[in-house]
Amino acid sequence: MTIFGHTISMSQLYGQLLIGLINGSFYALLSLGLAVIFGMLTIVNFAHGAFYMMGAFVAYFLLHGLGLNYWWALILAPLIVGAIGAIVERLFLKRLAGFDPLYSLLLTFGLALIIQGLFQNYFGASGMPYAIPKQLAGAYNLGFMFLPVYRGWVILASAVVCFATWLIIEKTKLGAYLRAATENPTMVRAFGINVPRMVTVTYGFGVALAAFAGVLAAPINQVRPGMGADIIAVVFAVVVIGGMGSILGSIVTGFVLGVIEGLTKVFYPEASNTVVFVIMAIVLLIRPTGLFGRAA
Amino acid sequence: MLGMAEAALARTPAAADKTVLSVKGLQAWYNESHILHGIDLDVREGEVVTLLGRNGAGKTTTLKAIMGIVRKRIGSVVFDGKELIGLPIDRIARHGVAFCPEERAIFASLSVKENLFLPPPISKAGAMSVEHIFSLFPNLRERLASGGGKLSGGEQQMLAIARILRTGARFLMLDEPTEGLAPVIIQQIGRTIAELKREGFTILLVEQNFRFASTLADRFFVMEHGRIIDTFANSELEARMDRLHEALGV
Repeated sequence: MTIFGHTISMSQLYGQLLIGLINGSFYALLSLGLAVIFGMLTIVNFAHGAFYMMGAFVAYFLLHGLGLNYWWALILAPLIVGAIGAIVERLFLKRLAGFDPLYSLLLTFGLALIIQGLFQNYFGASGMPYAIPKQLAGAYNLGFMFLPVYRGWVILASAVVCFATWLIIEKTKLGAYLRAATENPTMVRAFGINVPRMVTVTYGFGVALAAFAGVLAAPINQVRPGMGADIIAVVFAVVVIGGMGSILGSIVTGFVLGVIEGLTKVFYPEASNTVVFVIMAIVLLIRPTGLFGRAA
Repeated sequence: MLGMAEAALARTPAAADKTVLSVKGLQAWYNESHILHGIDLDVREGEVVTLLGRNGAGKTTTLKAIMGIVRKRIGSVVFDGKELIGLPIDRIARHGVAFCPEERAIFASLSVKENLFLPPPISKAGAMSVEHIFSLFPNLRERLASGGGKLSGGEQQMLAIARILRTGARFLMLDEPTEGLAPVIIQQIGRTIAELKREGFTILLVEQNFRFASTLADRFFVMEHGRIIDTFANSELEARMDRLHEALGV
Protein backbone atom coordinates (compact mmCIF):
# COMPACT_ATOMS: atom_id res chain seq x y z
CA MET A 1 0.00 0.00 0.00
CA THR A 2 1.45 3.38 -1.01
CA ILE A 3 0.16 6.65 0.40
CA PHE A 4 1.86 10.07 0.21
CA GLY A 5 4.78 8.28 -1.44
CA HIS A 6 5.30 5.92 1.52
CA THR A 7 5.12 2.21 1.18
CA ILE A 8 3.22 0.82 4.14
CA SER A 9 3.07 -2.73 5.36
CA MET A 10 0.09 -4.01 7.27
CA SER A 11 2.20 -4.88 10.31
CA GLN A 12 3.46 -1.30 10.35
CA LEU A 13 -0.11 -0.04 10.23
CA TYR A 14 -1.26 -2.28 13.07
CA GLY A 15 1.85 -1.48 15.06
CA GLN A 16 1.18 2.24 14.87
CA LEU A 17 -2.50 1.72 15.60
CA LEU A 18 -1.49 -0.09 18.76
CA ILE A 19 0.97 2.63 19.77
CA GLY A 20 -1.79 5.13 19.05
CA LEU A 21 -4.18 3.26 21.35
CA ILE A 22 -1.55 3.16 24.09
CA ASN A 23 -0.80 6.86 23.80
CA GLY A 24 -4.55 7.38 23.70
CA SER A 25 -4.85 5.46 26.99
CA PHE A 26 -2.56 7.98 28.66
CA TYR A 27 -4.22 10.96 27.00
CA ALA A 28 -7.62 9.69 28.16
CA LEU A 29 -6.57 9.12 31.78
CA LEU A 30 -4.79 12.46 32.03
CA SER A 31 -7.41 14.54 30.27
CA LEU A 32 -10.12 12.84 32.33
CA GLY A 33 -8.36 13.98 35.52
CA LEU A 34 -8.08 17.48 34.11
CA ALA A 35 -11.76 17.46 33.16
CA VAL A 36 -12.85 16.28 36.61
CA ILE A 37 -10.77 19.02 38.25
CA PHE A 38 -11.85 21.73 35.84
CA GLY A 39 -15.52 20.82 36.16
CA MET A 40 -15.52 21.15 39.93
CA LEU A 41 -12.87 23.77 40.66
CA THR A 42 -12.69 25.66 37.32
CA ILE A 43 -8.96 25.26 37.70
CA VAL A 44 -6.75 24.51 34.72
CA ASN A 45 -4.38 22.19 36.51
CA PHE A 46 -0.99 22.80 34.95
CA ALA A 47 0.64 20.67 37.65
CA HIS A 48 -1.05 17.59 36.16
CA GLY A 49 2.05 16.45 34.27
CA ALA A 50 4.15 16.81 37.42
CA PHE A 51 1.73 14.59 39.37
CA TYR A 52 1.84 12.04 36.53
CA MET A 53 5.63 12.03 36.82
CA MET A 54 5.39 11.73 40.61
CA GLY A 55 3.17 8.65 40.19
CA ALA A 56 5.95 6.96 38.22
CA PHE A 57 8.58 8.01 40.77
CA VAL A 58 6.52 6.77 43.71
CA ALA A 59 6.25 3.40 41.94
CA TYR A 60 10.03 3.43 41.54
CA PHE A 61 10.63 4.30 45.23
CA LEU A 62 8.14 1.70 46.41
CA LEU A 63 9.94 -0.97 44.42
CA HIS A 64 13.51 -0.03 45.23
CA GLY A 65 12.97 1.46 48.68
CA LEU A 66 10.32 -0.77 50.21
CA GLY A 67 10.36 -3.74 47.90
CA LEU A 68 6.69 -3.24 47.02
CA ASN A 69 6.00 -4.44 43.51
CA TYR A 70 4.10 -2.98 40.57
CA TRP A 71 0.68 -4.13 41.78
CA TRP A 72 1.15 -2.38 45.11
CA ALA A 73 2.34 0.71 43.27
CA LEU A 74 -0.78 0.70 41.12
CA ILE A 75 -2.85 1.14 44.31
CA LEU A 76 -0.49 3.05 46.61
CA ALA A 77 1.00 5.61 44.20
CA PRO A 78 -2.39 7.14 43.28
CA LEU A 79 -3.30 7.25 46.98
CA ILE A 80 -0.02 8.89 48.01
CA VAL A 81 0.13 11.39 45.14
CA GLY A 82 -3.61 12.04 45.45
CA ALA A 83 -3.10 12.90 49.12
CA ILE A 84 -0.30 15.29 48.16
CA GLY A 85 -2.72 16.84 45.67
CA ALA A 86 -5.34 17.24 48.39
CA ILE A 87 -2.78 19.02 50.57
CA VAL A 88 -1.85 21.32 47.68
CA GLU A 89 -5.54 22.14 47.27
CA ARG A 90 -6.00 22.87 50.98
CA LEU A 91 -2.80 24.90 51.31
CA PHE A 92 -2.79 26.89 48.08
CA LEU A 93 -5.62 26.45 45.58
CA LYS A 94 -8.35 26.95 48.17
CA ARG A 95 -7.13 30.49 48.75
CA LEU A 96 -7.60 31.29 45.07
CA ALA A 97 -11.24 30.22 44.91
CA GLY A 98 -13.31 33.08 43.58
CA PHE A 99 -10.37 34.74 41.84
CA ASP A 100 -9.79 34.79 38.10
CA PRO A 101 -8.82 31.23 36.96
CA LEU A 102 -5.62 32.77 35.64
CA TYR A 103 -4.24 32.86 39.19
CA SER A 104 -4.67 29.14 39.81
CA LEU A 105 -3.30 28.46 36.33
CA LEU A 106 -0.14 30.42 37.18
CA LEU A 107 0.10 28.78 40.59
CA THR A 108 -0.15 25.23 39.24
CA PHE A 109 2.23 26.09 36.40
CA GLY A 110 4.76 27.35 38.93
CA LEU A 111 4.23 24.28 41.09
CA ALA A 112 4.89 22.04 38.10
CA LEU A 113 8.17 23.81 37.40
CA ILE A 114 9.24 23.55 41.05
CA ILE A 115 8.35 19.86 41.35
CA GLN A 116 10.01 18.98 38.08
CA GLY A 117 13.09 21.06 38.98
CA LEU A 118 13.43 19.36 42.36
CA PHE A 119 13.22 15.89 40.84
CA GLN A 120 15.72 16.84 38.18
CA ASN A 121 18.06 18.18 40.85
CA TYR A 122 18.03 14.96 42.83
CA PHE A 123 17.59 12.32 40.13
CA GLY A 124 19.09 13.91 37.02
CA ALA A 125 17.41 14.35 33.68
CA SER A 126 18.02 10.85 32.42
CA GLY A 127 15.60 8.03 33.04
CA MET A 128 15.63 5.18 35.50
CA PRO A 129 14.40 1.83 34.26
CA TYR A 130 11.33 0.17 35.76
CA ALA A 131 10.91 -3.46 34.81
CA ILE A 132 7.66 -4.82 33.40
CA PRO A 133 6.09 -7.05 36.09
CA LYS A 134 6.69 -10.70 35.27
CA GLN A 135 2.97 -11.50 35.04
CA LEU A 136 2.72 -9.03 32.15
CA ALA A 137 5.93 -9.88 30.32
CA GLY A 138 5.97 -11.48 26.89
CA ALA A 139 3.67 -11.04 23.92
CA TYR A 140 0.58 -12.54 22.32
CA ASN A 141 0.78 -13.63 18.72
CA LEU A 142 -2.33 -12.20 17.15
CA GLY A 143 -1.51 -13.67 13.76
CA PHE A 144 -1.01 -10.40 11.96
CA MET A 145 1.27 -8.98 14.68
CA PHE A 146 2.75 -9.52 18.13
CA LEU A 147 0.95 -7.70 20.94
CA PRO A 148 3.19 -7.14 23.97
CA VAL A 149 1.13 -8.23 26.97
CA TYR A 150 1.99 -5.11 28.95
CA ARG A 151 0.72 -2.80 26.19
CA GLY A 152 -2.56 -4.69 26.07
CA TRP A 153 -2.80 -4.36 29.83
CA VAL A 154 -2.28 -0.58 29.69
CA ILE A 155 -5.13 -0.17 27.22
CA LEU A 156 -7.40 -2.40 29.29
CA ALA A 157 -6.54 -0.79 32.64
CA SER A 158 -7.00 2.71 31.28
CA ALA A 159 -10.31 1.85 29.65
CA VAL A 160 -11.62 0.25 32.85
CA VAL A 161 -10.57 3.14 35.09
CA CYS A 162 -11.99 5.72 32.66
CA PHE A 163 -15.27 3.84 32.44
CA ALA A 164 -15.50 3.43 36.21
CA THR A 165 -14.88 7.17 36.70
CA TRP A 166 -17.55 8.01 34.16
CA LEU A 167 -19.94 5.61 35.89
CA ILE A 168 -19.31 7.18 39.31
CA ILE A 169 -19.82 10.71 38.05
CA GLU A 170 -22.85 10.08 35.85
CA LYS A 171 -24.70 7.33 37.70
CA THR A 172 -24.09 7.53 41.45
CA LYS A 173 -25.26 9.72 44.29
CA LEU A 174 -21.72 10.96 44.85
CA GLY A 175 -21.55 11.88 41.17
CA ALA A 176 -24.86 13.74 41.47
CA TYR A 177 -23.35 15.82 44.30
CA LEU A 178 -20.37 16.56 42.09
CA ARG A 179 -22.44 17.57 39.10
CA ALA A 180 -24.76 19.67 41.26
CA ALA A 181 -21.85 21.39 42.99
CA THR A 182 -20.32 22.14 39.60
CA GLU A 183 -23.50 24.04 38.73
CA ASN A 184 -24.29 25.75 42.01
CA PRO A 185 -21.94 25.05 44.94
CA THR A 186 -23.74 27.42 47.32
CA MET A 187 -27.06 25.65 46.93
CA VAL A 188 -25.46 22.23 47.42
CA ARG A 189 -23.96 23.56 50.66
CA ALA A 190 -27.38 24.84 51.66
CA PHE A 191 -28.53 21.21 51.53
CA GLY A 192 -26.01 20.35 54.22
CA ILE A 193 -23.20 18.97 52.06
CA ASN A 194 -19.64 19.91 52.94
CA VAL A 195 -18.70 21.26 49.51
CA PRO A 196 -15.18 22.51 50.42
CA ARG A 197 -14.24 18.99 51.52
CA MET A 198 -15.74 17.62 48.32
CA VAL A 199 -13.61 20.05 46.30
CA THR A 200 -10.45 18.85 48.07
CA VAL A 201 -11.34 15.20 47.47
CA THR A 202 -12.16 15.90 43.82
CA TYR A 203 -8.81 17.57 43.23
CA GLY A 204 -7.08 14.69 44.99
CA PHE A 205 -8.98 12.22 42.82
CA GLY A 206 -8.05 14.00 39.57
CA VAL A 207 -4.43 14.02 40.68
CA ALA A 208 -4.66 10.33 41.61
CA LEU A 209 -5.79 9.55 38.05
CA ALA A 210 -2.64 11.27 36.79
CA ALA A 211 -0.49 9.26 39.21
CA PHE A 212 -2.20 6.04 38.11
CA ALA A 213 -1.28 6.90 34.51
CA GLY A 214 2.27 7.57 35.73
CA VAL A 215 2.54 4.08 37.24
CA LEU A 216 1.19 2.54 34.01
CA ALA A 217 3.79 4.52 32.06
CA ALA A 218 6.77 3.62 34.24
CA PRO A 219 7.59 0.28 32.54
CA ILE A 220 6.99 1.72 29.03
CA ASN A 221 8.87 4.97 29.19
CA GLN A 222 11.63 5.28 31.71
CA VAL A 223 10.95 7.02 35.00
CA ARG A 224 12.31 10.52 34.51
CA PRO A 225 11.52 14.04 35.72
CA GLY A 226 10.67 15.37 32.27
CA MET A 227 8.10 12.70 31.41
CA GLY A 228 5.15 14.82 32.53
CA ALA A 229 6.19 17.95 30.70
CA ASP A 230 6.56 15.94 27.49
CA ILE A 231 3.03 14.60 27.47
CA ILE A 232 1.06 17.41 29.07
CA ALA A 233 1.04 19.78 26.07
CA VAL A 234 -0.71 17.15 23.96
CA VAL A 235 -3.09 16.37 26.83
CA PHE A 236 -4.15 20.00 27.07
CA ALA A 237 -4.83 19.98 23.35
CA VAL A 238 -6.97 16.87 23.89
CA VAL A 239 -8.91 18.62 26.65
CA VAL A 240 -9.52 21.65 24.45
CA ILE A 241 -10.71 19.43 21.59
CA GLY A 242 -12.99 17.39 23.83
CA GLY A 243 -14.37 20.43 25.64
CA MET A 244 -13.16 21.66 29.02
CA GLY A 245 -14.80 19.79 31.83
CA SER A 246 -16.62 17.21 29.69
CA ILE A 247 -16.08 13.79 31.28
CA LEU A 248 -17.13 11.62 28.35
CA GLY A 249 -15.52 14.06 25.89
CA SER A 250 -12.12 13.80 27.52
CA ILE A 251 -12.18 9.99 27.48
CA VAL A 252 -13.36 9.57 23.90
CA THR A 253 -11.15 12.36 22.56
CA GLY A 254 -8.14 10.93 24.39
CA PHE A 255 -8.40 7.52 22.77
CA VAL A 256 -9.42 8.84 19.34
CA LEU A 257 -6.59 11.37 19.14
CA GLY A 258 -4.06 8.75 20.18
CA VAL A 259 -5.20 6.61 17.27
CA ILE A 260 -5.22 9.55 14.84
CA GLU A 261 -1.69 10.38 15.92
CA GLY A 262 -0.65 6.77 15.38
CA LEU A 263 -2.23 6.65 11.93
CA THR A 264 -0.55 9.92 11.00
CA LYS A 265 2.78 8.30 11.87
CA VAL A 266 2.02 5.65 9.28
CA PHE A 267 0.66 7.80 6.49
CA TYR A 268 2.47 11.10 6.95
CA PRO A 269 5.10 10.82 9.67
CA GLU A 270 6.22 14.43 9.25
CA ALA A 271 2.90 15.62 10.71
CA SER A 272 2.63 13.13 13.57
CA ASN A 273 3.82 15.58 16.21
CA THR A 274 1.59 18.40 15.04
CA VAL A 275 -1.60 16.66 13.95
CA VAL A 276 -3.23 16.99 17.39
CA PHE A 277 -2.59 20.71 17.45
CA VAL A 278 -3.88 21.14 13.90
CA ILE A 279 -7.10 19.39 14.94
CA MET A 280 -7.24 21.62 18.03
CA ALA A 281 -6.98 24.74 15.86
CA ILE A 282 -9.73 23.50 13.53
CA VAL A 283 -12.04 22.58 16.44
CA LEU A 284 -11.47 25.95 18.08
CA LEU A 285 -12.43 27.68 14.83
CA ILE A 286 -15.60 25.64 14.31
CA ARG A 287 -16.71 24.78 17.86
CA PRO A 288 -14.90 26.91 20.45
CA THR A 289 -16.50 24.98 23.34
CA GLY A 290 -14.97 21.71 22.08
CA LEU A 291 -16.61 18.67 20.52
CA PHE A 292 -18.40 17.59 23.70
CA GLY A 293 -18.50 20.93 25.50
CA ARG A 294 -21.65 22.81 26.34
CA ALA A 295 -21.88 26.49 25.59
CA ALA A 296 -21.21 28.43 28.77
CA MET B 1 -59.56 31.00 47.51
CA LEU B 2 -61.51 31.93 50.62
CA GLY B 3 -62.22 28.33 51.55
CA MET B 4 -58.55 27.57 51.32
CA ALA B 5 -57.68 30.54 53.49
CA GLU B 6 -60.09 29.50 56.18
CA ALA B 7 -58.76 25.97 56.11
CA ALA B 8 -55.24 27.26 56.52
CA LEU B 9 -56.02 29.69 59.29
CA ALA B 10 -58.40 27.41 61.13
CA ARG B 11 -55.50 25.26 62.18
CA THR B 12 -53.39 28.16 63.37
CA PRO B 13 -51.94 26.62 66.51
CA ALA B 14 -53.11 28.66 69.43
CA ALA B 15 -50.43 26.94 71.42
CA ALA B 16 -47.70 28.32 69.21
CA ASP B 17 -45.51 29.26 72.10
CA LYS B 18 -42.19 27.63 71.34
CA THR B 19 -39.94 29.99 69.41
CA VAL B 20 -38.12 28.08 66.68
CA LEU B 21 -36.21 30.98 65.18
CA SER B 22 -35.14 34.11 66.96
CA VAL B 23 -33.27 36.78 65.00
CA LYS B 24 -31.84 39.78 66.83
CA GLY B 25 -29.92 42.74 65.45
CA LEU B 26 -29.05 40.89 62.26
CA GLN B 27 -26.89 42.92 59.91
CA ALA B 28 -25.59 41.68 56.57
CA TRP B 29 -23.44 42.91 53.72
CA TYR B 30 -23.00 42.04 50.06
CA ASN B 31 -19.38 42.88 49.37
CA GLU B 32 -19.19 46.53 50.40
CA SER B 33 -22.88 47.32 50.50
CA HIS B 34 -24.64 47.19 53.82
CA ILE B 35 -28.03 45.54 53.14
CA LEU B 36 -29.52 44.59 56.50
CA HIS B 37 -29.36 47.17 59.30
CA GLY B 38 -30.45 45.19 62.30
CA ILE B 39 -33.34 42.77 61.79
CA ASP B 40 -35.39 41.49 64.74
CA LEU B 41 -37.88 38.76 64.08
CA ASP B 42 -39.10 35.52 65.57
CA VAL B 43 -40.93 32.50 64.24
CA ARG B 44 -42.84 30.12 66.51
CA GLU B 45 -43.30 26.45 65.96
CA GLY B 46 -45.96 25.59 63.38
CA GLU B 47 -46.37 29.17 62.21
CA VAL B 48 -46.31 30.61 58.72
CA VAL B 49 -44.61 33.99 58.95
CA THR B 50 -44.41 36.21 55.90
CA LEU B 51 -41.88 38.92 55.13
CA LEU B 52 -43.44 41.69 53.09
CA GLY B 53 -41.74 44.63 51.47
CA ARG B 54 -40.88 46.26 48.19
CA ASN B 55 -38.17 45.05 45.86
CA GLY B 56 -34.78 45.67 47.41
CA ALA B 57 -36.13 45.97 50.96
CA GLY B 58 -33.86 43.10 52.04
CA LYS B 59 -36.31 40.18 52.26
CA THR B 60 -34.23 37.73 50.26
CA THR B 61 -31.08 38.89 52.02
CA THR B 62 -32.74 38.17 55.36
CA LEU B 63 -33.35 34.56 54.33
CA LYS B 64 -29.83 34.24 52.93
CA ALA B 65 -28.34 35.75 56.07
CA ILE B 66 -30.21 33.23 58.23
CA MET B 67 -28.95 30.44 55.95
CA GLY B 68 -25.39 31.80 56.12
CA ILE B 69 -25.18 32.44 52.40
CA VAL B 70 -24.01 36.07 52.75
CA ARG B 71 -20.29 36.44 53.40
CA LYS B 72 -20.53 38.94 56.23
CA ARG B 73 -23.23 39.00 58.88
CA ILE B 74 -23.37 40.03 62.51
CA GLY B 75 -26.03 39.89 65.20
CA SER B 76 -27.76 36.81 66.48
CA VAL B 77 -29.69 34.04 64.75
CA VAL B 78 -30.80 31.40 67.25
CA PHE B 79 -32.48 28.37 65.74
CA ASP B 80 -33.80 25.58 67.91
CA GLY B 81 -31.70 26.90 70.78
CA LYS B 82 -28.45 27.07 68.77
CA GLU B 83 -26.60 30.18 67.61
CA LEU B 84 -26.11 30.01 63.83
CA ILE B 85 -23.92 33.08 63.38
CA GLY B 86 -20.39 31.86 62.73
CA LEU B 87 -21.47 28.46 61.39
CA PRO B 88 -20.82 27.53 57.75
CA ILE B 89 -23.79 27.04 55.41
CA ASP B 90 -23.74 23.24 55.44
CA ARG B 91 -23.71 23.09 59.25
CA ILE B 92 -26.69 25.44 59.39
CA ALA B 93 -28.54 23.19 56.95
CA ARG B 94 -27.76 20.17 59.12
CA HIS B 95 -29.33 21.90 62.09
CA GLY B 96 -32.62 21.73 60.20
CA VAL B 97 -32.95 24.97 58.24
CA ALA B 98 -34.16 24.33 54.68
CA PHE B 99 -34.04 27.01 52.01
CA CYS B 100 -35.92 27.19 48.73
CA PRO B 101 -34.39 30.09 46.77
CA GLU B 102 -36.21 32.51 44.52
CA GLU B 103 -34.42 31.21 41.43
CA ARG B 104 -35.41 27.65 42.49
CA ALA B 105 -31.91 26.37 41.69
CA ILE B 106 -32.96 23.16 39.98
CA PHE B 107 -29.80 21.49 38.70
CA ALA B 108 -30.04 21.24 34.92
CA SER B 109 -27.37 18.54 34.63
CA LEU B 110 -29.32 16.28 37.00
CA SER B 111 -32.54 14.41 36.30
CA VAL B 112 -35.69 15.31 38.24
CA LYS B 113 -35.18 12.18 40.31
CA GLU B 114 -31.58 13.10 41.09
CA ASN B 115 -32.68 16.61 42.04
CA LEU B 116 -35.38 15.26 44.32
CA PHE B 117 -33.04 12.88 46.10
CA LEU B 118 -30.03 15.18 46.21
CA PRO B 119 -30.35 16.74 49.68
CA PRO B 120 -29.12 14.22 52.22
CA PRO B 121 -31.47 13.41 55.12
CA ILE B 122 -30.65 15.45 58.20
CA SER B 123 -33.11 13.76 60.52
CA LYS B 124 -35.22 10.63 60.24
CA ALA B 125 -38.00 12.07 62.33
CA GLY B 126 -40.30 14.37 60.39
CA ALA B 127 -39.02 13.43 56.95
CA MET B 128 -41.79 13.21 54.40
CA SER B 129 -42.08 9.96 52.48
CA VAL B 130 -41.62 10.04 48.73
CA GLU B 131 -45.17 8.73 48.28
CA HIS B 132 -46.51 11.62 50.32
CA ILE B 133 -44.46 14.08 48.26
CA PHE B 134 -45.94 12.62 45.07
CA SER B 135 -49.43 12.99 46.50
CA LEU B 136 -48.69 16.70 46.98
CA PHE B 137 -47.04 17.08 43.58
CA PRO B 138 -48.47 14.41 41.25
CA ASN B 139 -46.79 16.01 38.21
CA LEU B 140 -43.34 15.21 39.56
CA ARG B 141 -43.88 11.46 39.49
CA GLU B 142 -44.37 11.55 35.73
CA ARG B 143 -41.34 13.74 35.18
CA LEU B 144 -38.83 11.78 37.27
CA ALA B 145 -36.69 10.73 34.32
CA SER B 146 -36.68 14.18 32.69
CA GLY B 147 -33.71 16.49 32.86
CA GLY B 148 -33.93 19.18 35.52
CA GLY B 149 -33.51 21.83 32.84
CA LYS B 150 -36.58 20.62 30.93
CA LEU B 151 -39.20 21.52 33.56
CA SER B 152 -41.70 24.34 33.34
CA GLY B 153 -41.50 27.14 35.89
CA GLY B 154 -44.31 25.62 37.96
CA GLU B 155 -42.76 22.16 37.91
CA GLN B 156 -39.42 23.65 38.92
CA GLN B 157 -41.04 25.36 41.89
CA MET B 158 -42.78 22.17 42.97
CA LEU B 159 -39.54 20.21 42.66
CA ALA B 160 -37.68 22.89 44.63
CA ILE B 161 -40.17 22.59 47.49
CA ALA B 162 -40.45 18.80 47.24
CA ARG B 163 -36.67 18.50 47.44
CA ILE B 164 -36.48 20.00 50.93
CA LEU B 165 -39.43 18.04 52.37
CA ARG B 166 -37.63 14.71 52.14
CA THR B 167 -34.76 15.64 54.44
CA GLY B 168 -36.52 15.85 57.79
CA ALA B 169 -36.03 19.62 58.11
CA ARG B 170 -39.10 21.06 59.83
CA PHE B 171 -38.31 24.72 59.22
CA LEU B 172 -38.68 25.91 55.63
CA MET B 173 -37.68 29.24 54.16
CA LEU B 174 -39.49 29.82 50.86
CA ASP B 175 -38.43 32.79 48.76
CA GLU B 176 -41.22 34.00 46.46
CA PRO B 177 -42.63 30.60 45.56
CA THR B 178 -45.32 32.12 43.32
CA GLU B 179 -43.10 34.40 41.26
CA GLY B 180 -43.79 34.21 37.55
CA LEU B 181 -46.30 31.37 37.83
CA ALA B 182 -49.78 30.99 36.32
CA PRO B 183 -52.75 31.49 38.70
CA VAL B 184 -53.70 27.80 38.66
CA ILE B 185 -50.17 26.84 39.68
CA ILE B 186 -50.14 29.52 42.37
CA GLN B 187 -53.29 27.96 43.81
CA GLN B 188 -51.64 24.57 43.87
CA ILE B 189 -48.58 25.99 45.64
CA GLY B 190 -50.92 27.70 48.10
CA ARG B 191 -52.77 24.46 48.87
CA THR B 192 -49.43 22.76 49.37
CA ILE B 193 -48.17 25.37 51.82
CA ALA B 194 -51.47 25.16 53.72
CA GLU B 195 -51.08 21.38 53.86
CA LEU B 196 -47.48 21.68 55.07
CA LYS B 197 -48.68 23.99 57.82
CA ARG B 198 -51.37 21.49 58.84
CA GLU B 199 -48.63 18.90 59.09
CA GLY B 200 -46.75 21.07 61.51
CA PHE B 201 -44.00 22.54 59.35
CA THR B 202 -42.80 25.98 60.36
CA ILE B 203 -42.50 28.30 57.38
CA LEU B 204 -40.82 31.65 56.82
CA LEU B 205 -42.19 32.97 53.56
CA VAL B 206 -41.08 35.88 51.42
CA GLU B 207 -43.88 37.04 49.12
CA GLN B 208 -44.59 39.92 46.79
CA ASN B 209 -48.02 38.43 46.12
CA PHE B 210 -49.76 40.00 49.07
CA ARG B 211 -53.14 38.35 48.49
CA PHE B 212 -51.49 34.96 48.31
CA ALA B 213 -49.61 35.58 51.56
CA SER B 214 -52.69 36.87 53.37
CA THR B 215 -54.42 33.51 52.93
CA LEU B 216 -51.57 31.60 54.53
CA ALA B 217 -49.67 33.65 57.05
CA ASP B 218 -50.24 33.82 60.80
CA ARG B 219 -48.09 36.89 61.18
CA PHE B 220 -46.41 39.45 58.98
CA PHE B 221 -43.21 41.42 59.18
CA VAL B 222 -42.91 44.43 56.90
CA MET B 223 -39.46 45.42 55.71
CA GLU B 224 -38.08 48.63 54.29
CA HIS B 225 -34.47 49.62 53.57
CA GLY B 226 -33.07 46.63 55.42
CA ARG B 227 -35.14 47.14 58.57
CA ILE B 228 -38.35 45.71 60.00
CA ILE B 229 -40.80 48.62 60.12
CA ASP B 230 -43.94 46.82 61.24
CA THR B 231 -45.26 43.50 62.48
CA PHE B 232 -48.81 42.29 63.01
CA ALA B 233 -50.98 39.17 63.14
CA ASN B 234 -53.30 38.06 60.38
CA SER B 235 -56.30 39.21 62.43
CA GLU B 236 -55.01 42.79 62.31
CA LEU B 237 -54.66 42.69 58.56
CA GLU B 238 -57.89 44.54 57.70
CA ALA B 239 -57.06 47.40 59.99
CA ARG B 240 -53.57 47.75 58.53
CA MET B 241 -54.55 47.77 54.88
CA ASP B 242 -54.03 51.46 54.22
CA ARG B 243 -50.67 51.60 55.87
CA LEU B 244 -49.60 48.44 54.07
CA HIS B 245 -50.58 49.75 50.68
CA GLU B 246 -48.43 52.75 51.39
CA ALA B 247 -45.47 50.69 52.58
CA LEU B 248 -45.64 48.16 49.77
CA GLY B 249 -46.63 50.57 47.03
CA VAL B 250 -49.41 48.28 45.83
